[in-house]
Amino acid sequence: MSLFQPHLLGQYLVSPDFFRGAVMTFSLSITSLAAGMLVGLLLAVGQEVPLRAVRAVVVFYLWLFRGTPVLLQLVFAFNVLPAFGLVLPGFACAVLALGLNEGAYMAEIMRAGIRAVGPGQRLAARALGLEEAKVMRWVVLPQALRIIIPPIGNQFIGMLKLSALVSVIGVQELLLVADQTASGNFRYIETLTAAGLYYLALTTVFMVIQSMIERSFRRRPGPRRATLAAPALQTIR
Amino acid sequence: MTRLLDAMAIWKRFGALEVLKGVDVSVTPGECLVVLGPSGSGKSTLLRCLNLLEPITSGSIMFDGQEIANTPRRQAASLRRRMGMVFQNFELFQHLSAEDNIAFGPIRVKQTPAKEARELARHLLRKVHLPDKAAAFPDELSGGQQQRIAIARALAMEPALMLFDEPTSALDPETVGEVLSVMQELAEEGMTSIVVTHELGFARRAANEVMFMEAGLVAHRAPVGEFFNGATPDRVVRFLNRMHS
Repeated sequence: MSLFQPHLLGQYLVSPDFFRGAVMTFSLSITSLAAGMLVGLLLAVGQEVPLRAVRAVVVFYLWLFRGTPVLLQLVFAFNVLPAFGLVLPGFACAVLALGLNEGAYMAEIMRAGIRAVGPGQRLAARALGLEEAKVMRWVVLPQALRIIIPPIGNQFIGMLKLSALVSVIGVQELLLVADQTASGNFRYIETLTAAGLYYLALTTVFMVIQSMIERSFRRRPGPRRATLAAPALQTIR
Repeated sequence: MTRLLDAMAIWKRFGALEVLKGVDVSVTPGECLVVLGPSGSGKSTLLRCLNLLEPITSGSIMFDGQEIANTPRRQAASLRRRMGMVFQNFELFQHLSAEDNIAFGPIRVKQTPAKEARELARHLLRKVHLPDKAAAFPDELSGGQQQRIAIARALAMEPALMLFDEPTSALDPETVGEVLSVMQELAEEGMTSIVVTHELGFARRAANEVMFMEAGLVAHRAPVGEFFNGATPDRVVRFLNRMHS
């Protein structure tokens, strides 16, 4: 038996099991990230609310979810929640744990974005007669969004790989599929390489999507800036 | 003539710091009041108190025949719609084009249909002499241009009163003139305004009344001719002379 059998790798790459595993990894990552962004937004806005009780809840949340391993949170959701009568399917359990954990990190990213929008911008919006919620919605968040896209892209890619942890609660994602396949024939090199290639492909897709989003936000491409210099040159002449 | 704004005995404390110590300020419709004074005298704080961006510690603010000093937060927003404000650092919304900045207030606050708001924006762009800058973003404009857009943004709400907070202090000297001339045109059209500034030339040309503030108090107030030529207190004269040098 040779060390590496290319045809086996090819076979795994096109096998329905691996493909389904990749789809599971992808949908798990997207769903958890969306949940994380929602939780993060609520937490970030919550920190801007001038009520001490609300801010205390946010700080407690961040402390709890950033202070314990996500693997622990995952196993907790899977094994402890049923004791309280909450039995969730594996996928829902995974999204719950990964989403709540991700929310804690997203909150910090979003808070940084919100804080990066200067206080003068809010003052100007309030001076026009906007209520606080509208100031946030129409002036602060649109500007914060542009700032937080690169770190959110980072989180996307991180989540893709974090989702491999979910194999411990039996969700059929890429790593579990690879592991189960290898346990039958001990072809670890081919199975893990196939899974690795899938991860790389997914990461590449995410990176492309991110750069497309960033480009759409950078509404003013280089050439338009260049035209700005033209009047200045004229005055020199 | 009845006063559009009549604030009496305005006190403002930030903790132990007393910024305003019983200031009276008033404007009649169509009047331009220029507020002069050294930095730290409370001029900017006064403006922010008048449109309720800062709650006052005590005092009375009559606006359009109504006492507004103790307006709850929610109603304060709707009162601010009737007072336009222009800031030292322009504070145009960085994510919006010039036209969208101007149309922003009508659309988001007054629920004006977007088409109508944009028409108004283009009209105001002509008024501030920037008809070709509708699509420009704030970071593509000079300070003077940004400030004129900011004036148009405030005017878009059709305010009864305009508050200018050192509108030319952050500008390059060569763009100060274009902003002051827009402000002077507004004053000549009869826009009621309170202008905090260090521009004595503007005060002479456009103001009806001039008020001098010092250490949180009104040191002197007079019609413009009398202020610059009449019996003005010595320390005010000294301040004016320093500004000329």
